[in-house]
Amino acid sequence: MTIGNLIRLLVLAVLIALLMRPDLFAGFFALFAKPGQPVIYNQGNLLAITISHLLIVAIAVLGSTMVAVGLGILVTRPAGAEFLPLSRAIANIGQTFPPVAVLALAVPVLGFGTGPTLVALFLYGLLPVFENTLTGFTNLPPRVMEAARGAGMTGRQRLLQVELPLALPVILAGIRISTVIALATATIGSTVAARTLGEVIIAGLLTGNTAFVLQGGLIVGALAVLIYDALSGLERLLMARQGRGVAR
Amino acid sequence: MTDVTNLRDRPAWLTLDKLGVLIALIAVAGLALPFALLKANRIVPGEARGILDGLPGGPGFLFLALLIACILAALLRVPNLVKLGASATALLALFLLIGVAASNLMPPENNYARVSPSSGFWLLVFANSLMLADVLTRLRLGPWIRIGILLGVCVVVTLLLWSGSWNDLSILQEYATRSRAFWQEARTHILLTFGSVAAAILVGIPMGVLCYRRKALRAAVLNVLNIVQTIPSIALFGLLIAPMAWIAATIPGASAIGISGIGTAPALVALFAYSLLPVVSNTVVGLLGVSAAAVDAARGMGMTRRQRMLGVELPLAFPVILTGIRIVLVQNIGLATIAALIGGGGFGVFVFQGIGQTAMDLVLLGAVPTVALAFAAAVVLDAVVEMIS
Repeated sequence: MTIGNLIRLLVLAVLIALLMRPDLFAGFFALFAKPGQPVIYNQGNLLAITISHLLIVAIAVLGSTMVAVGLGILVTRPAGAEFLPLSRAIANIGQTFPPVAVLALAVPVLGFGTGPTLVALFLYGLLPVFENTLTGFTNLPPRVMEAARGAGMTGRQRLLQVELPLALPVILAGIRISTVIALATATIGSTVAARTLGEVIIAGLLTGNTAFVLQGGLIVGALAVLIYDALSGLERLLMARQGRGVAR
Repeated sequence: MTDVTNLRDRPAWLTLDKLGVLIALIAVAGLALPFALLKANRIVPGEARGILDGLPGGPGFLFLALLIACILAALLRVPNLVKLGASATALLALFLLIGVAASNLMPPENNYARVSPSSGFWLLVFANSLMLADVLTRLRLGPWIRIGILLGVCVVVTLLLWSGSWNDLSILQEYATRSRAFWQEARTHILLTFGSVAAAILVGIPMGVLCYRRKALRAAVLNVLNIVQTIPSIALFGLLIAPMAWIAATIPGASAIGISGIGTAPALVALFAYSLLPVVSNTVVGLLGVSAAAVDAARGMGMTRRQRMLGVELPLAFPVILTGIRIVLVQNIGLATIAALIGGGGFGVFVFQGIGQTAMDLVLLGAVPTVALAFAAAVVLDAVVEMIS
């Protein structure tokens, strides 16, 4: 086992232990709480909040991936070519919008709760995936495309059997960026009453209880790093496969 | 085949523009939805008002005619310059007339009533912005012209603000009651953003050079910075509270210069930490991309390693480094909003106050300047990167 995998496993084990049996860590967190303050978050079950957080992120990212990849495929077909320049511009300009602003602006339309957070995550998540889908589909090796056309593949066959598999690592990189942004924005979503780990951090900030802030921060941080790491690993795997395929 | 001949007989501009159909649909929805909202006070839901309610008589009909003309220009394949003119005029009219409509809709001598732009207005702005963005992308304007357009927009917005024609809009009424706090937070926001980016440039470029020279160091440093960048901002802000409070309590003089667990100091540190990765990795990538021939030539001229780095390699890598700085600047303008949650100030103060009071105009007072700042920074730096590369 490499050192990297050992660290990954250790972080994951500590994270699961912290979520299942937070009382085991009371001694550590007591160092940061003022006397008389609760040491472990007591306004909800940490595991339940974490699951809710991950669920919101998963639904939003899944939704934005399907829509963004679909749109990306549409505008890179000959029939959608007219939309391509504007699509690029939107993906570029849209990402200058701070995710917090998107979240805050979703509230007047949708009210408080999980709804606006989900919509904000979905909308913002579209951009990185869309941008990377465009990059993936417009930077395909011309010789491979030529060969596919020469082999008599139809447009649909080329898309599903050649273009999509070749563009997949780049698209996956977009999904990874989206996921990390979604994890962070979901945390802020608790300010608009979404049930996410942000509530632990914010409860700590409001009552001056550093132990809460630390718990929330450590869980969110560890989750983000582990998920990012897993998705990067998947990307490397896909790249390696393609590398072999080309060498043959 | 008859279809094709028919198409050939028609003039080129009389065919439908596919993108235009989408834009026209959005604009028609915008015309159908309420243009403005009249609220009895700042937190209750408002009543819908149409364009003709806000602009009775001739001006209203003229405005409607302009918007419809703009939809036609979007639908047909007219020259790009016509589309540019139509969408720019429509946008200008929209922003000018929303203020006039607000003044007209405002009940006299009522300090509590608020008029805010509604979904119809925003959709019309969105549709026309799409059209303008499409034309501007197709025209492939040079960097100077883009900066010029940005300056022009700034001048128009300043004039509109200065002339007082927007004073009856709800967002400016929120501003009027807290103009001092607004500029105070604006200063903090700028300080947080530019302070952290400046620090990241000062530390990140030497760090990048070091990583470029020592390959063993490169992977380790970039991995650590990558992990830092992955941690959600509010978590990082929170995680810094304990160490910063410890520094303030143990190192003499630290709290005297403003270091404490919450406030501007941890916000600045967190933003700095986020900025390092793009600066360092772009410095490394930029230096790796410098052609070996250029370095060889410099060596042949008898330049020392230091001279080569400062005189040849860094200048050649600069466009890539600047792209990293652009990413960081835009990212930090947005992230600085979150500093408000740990008492760090900035425009986020209004965003989170507004969310807390369910006063959406207050949220806009924080969000609009943040978005505008991020957008302007992106346009300017993109243009500069293009100029020097």
